[in-house]
Amino acid sequence: MSDAKSPPKKKPVTVRQLRERRRILRSIGAGVGVVGAAMLGFFPVVKKWMERLRPPGAIEEQPFLAACIKCGQCVQVCPVEAIKLGDLDEGFGVGAPYIDARTQACDFSCDAVQCVLACPTGALSHDVDVKEQVTMGIARLSRPKACLARLGKGVKGTARGPDFPGLHRYMEVDRWTPIKIADHPYDLDLCDLCERECPIEGAITIQRDNFDLNDLRGTPVVFDKCVGCGMCEMICPVDPPAIVIDIRKRWEDV
Amino acid sequence: MSMWSSIAEMLGRAPGNKPDKSQYSEGALALHESKRGKEGKKERVAAIKAERDLNPSYKWRNRRWASIVIVNALFVISFSLDIQLIEGSLSASRVFGFHFADLNASLQVMLAFKEILINLVIGTVTVFLLWWVLGGRTFCSWVCPYHLLSELAEKIHLYFANMKLVRDLPMHRGVRTVLYVIFAALAFGTGYTVFEAISPVGILSRAMIYGPGLALIWVLVLLLFEIFVTRRAWCRYMCPIGLTYGMVGTVSPVHVKYDMEKCLHEGDCRAVCLVPHVLEPTKKGYALKEQLSIGPDCTRCGMCVDICPTQSLTFDVKGLNKLL
Repeated sequence: MSDAKSPPKKKPVTVRQLRERRRILRSIGAGVGVVGAAMLGFFPVVKKWMERLRPPGAIEEQPFLAACIKCGQCVQVCPVEAIKLGDLDEGFGVGAPYIDARTQACDFSCDAVQCVLACPTGALSHDVDVKEQVTMGIARLSRPKACLARLGKGVKGTARGPDFPGLHRYMEVDRWTPIKIADHPYDLDLCDLCERECPIEGAITIQRDNFDLNDLRGTPVVFDKCVGCGMCEMICPVDPPAIVIDIRKRWEDV
Repeated sequence: MSMWSSIAEMLGRAPGNKPDKSQYSEGALALHESKRGKEGKKERVAAIKAERDLNPSYKWRNRRWASIVIVNALFVISFSLDIQLIEGSLSASRVFGFHFADLNASLQVMLAFKEILINLVIGTVTVFLLWWVLGGRTFCSWVCPYHLLSELAEKIHLYFANMKLVRDLPMHRGVRTVLYVIFAALAFGTGYTVFEAISPVGILSRAMIYGPGLALIWVLVLLLFEIFVTRRAWCRYMCPIGLTYGMVGTVSPVHVKYDMEKCLHEGDCRAVCLVPHVLEPTKKGYALKEQLSIGPDCTRCGMCVDICPTQSLTFDVKGLNKLL
């Protein structure tokens, strides 16, 4: 079927209309740009580019990122400054707290999970009252061949070198103030630092490999008391560490 | 102007055309009539402006800049010296142990987390009352660190515009309302606080207190956009936080009062204003009453108060005169 009539004549567009059209298009473009920029944060989270060790008391990852208001009050109360805030590359995790255990682990120097008490939203769950209830992850001997205890080697001098800035509370040195690990040299025939400095009783022990009295060798064994604070990962003298935290792993899953 | 139409304008509706005479109040009608004569007016306005320019006022701007610097410095100092005066950042904090929470950030968190968090409720009520008294978007111009940077960007933008290097490309103010709805829906739908990832307030506040990071790139992008494309793009057309606080300020006691009798209608106030649509009544023949209150989108920054050559625009506290 053909249309005999000529198409209705369009009115010429005035400059004013053109300007208005551009203004609307620009507005839509800018709006889409802002939403798009915000949604870019989706990828690092969903693709798990960064799996982070969250502070004590952190609830499951997805609700954690929802509940966290990104204020950093947990950062402010930590006596060893273990808690850092996420940056742009963490997507929706921008401003959310995490702990890089190898650099500075949580050693519960504060005694009563201060970060949990500081949290205004319950992203760090207030159900956690004592350190034993924490579930950050589980320690695992990831490089048994490098473990000094398994090699039968000791530790003479500092655990992480003289320039390591990490802090730890040594009960026998000062009950209240954490000191630099670099200021606390060791003199051990067999390395047992992961067991020695573990803040949770009965979480990790070095078990002798045999009954030969001349053979000191032993293996760190992790028990279900372990809360995944990462102290063993920080103190481990070999680099990269022989023991690491499996983030968010729970004993129920083992 | 009714409260509803001022809210509609805050949400993005364009201000109306010049009102019909029948809408004027009796006093306003008489005033408008008396201002009709043109005899010697140009010279008079020029003389009054010249007198102002001899002695320009920066009173409110200086106070405001001091306020932004002091409030943000308190957060920084409190943490760096560990004096626990204000703990946290602008999104949520404890002030002398009392919970404070940013209204918009709390809303995003509760939408995403789908739980009413009692500490946040306490914090938002405190903050709500504070900003209700002080005027809602007062937060924007008296506390928000991005506002200060944006003001500097605006100066650069105007300098370039003056040299004809850039031209302000305006947008539709409805964008902010649309973004507000989208970000609320995203928080609820995805379960992530999507807006917080790009909130320049949160990013800047954390950068100052806990140290800078890559996220500042986003703030830089916004500032560059404001310099080269759209004047005050973020605060004027986009920021959902501004809309939240604007809502809070709809019936605030602290406001800018307009006195038509003194007004020369020369428009200097609209030229400096962040949200010029609120100053629409200062156009000749637009005010329906002799005295009125500037709308809720007003950030109470006081730039119009500083620039007004005749003190037609002044800060005022509703009901205070009656009380005194």
